[in-house]
Amino acid sequence: MTVTILLFAVYRELANTASLDLELPAEATVRDAMDRLRSLPGLGCLPAEPTVAVNREYSSLERDLRPGDEIALIPAVAGG
Amino acid sequence: MAPEAGGARVIGRLSDDPIRVEELLRAGSSADGAVTVFVGRVRDHNHGRPVIRLHYEAYGEMAERELAAILDETAGRWTLSHLEAVHRTGTLELGELSVAIVVAAPHRATAYEASRHVIEEIKRRLPIWKREEYADGETEWVGPAPSEA
Repeated sequence: MTVTILLFAVYRELANTASLDLELPAEATVRDAMDRLRSLPGLGCLPAEPTVAVNREYSSLERDLRPGDEIALIPAVAGG
Repeated sequence: MAPEAGGARVIGRLSDDPIRVEELLRAGSSADGAVTVFVGRVRDHNHGRPVIRLHYEAYGEMAERELAAILDETAGRWTLSHLEAVHRTGTLELGELSVAIVVAAPHRATAYEASRHVIEEIKRRLPIWKREEYADGETEWVGPAPSEA
């Protein structure tokens, strides 16, 4: 299945892109997607337990993914 | 759009344009004895380093959704008549407002408590990032300070 990864702020700059598509096995979890991301240029430094959102909601890394899911990597937030 | 939550008029939004506090002050009605306004402003230093401007980047769709959730939770917990929060995005010069929270309520205690709750939740949950630009020309994505309270 294909999922979309969104990258913001420091992650976007490290990967030099704001979004990318990942091809994953049917049973993949968010954690599997993160492991795959770590093999891409610039993203080797992703933390072991990054904060993520799936389809615009904070999510656990154990969540099962579905085709077309939008997974956002959320660096430490700094609003206010 | 201003959905009702717990009887309060609730408005949350991101804005690329400057925040105008005087427009927000029309909140509530003559039944509201208390109106609090909290504003965050761009500060000229961070950890001793001179800051000359800021850039806020947001995951817009999620930030709007998360802000709406924060405001709905707040309106459900305190008795308020108006609850409004605006967060800036884009480039902000020194002294510009980064966030504004307006609460109108019958009594001041609830207005203060609700306002404090909203800013703390914004800082904890809203997917917004800040890149500081320093006097020496360097820039840096910054995380939250260890204790800003």
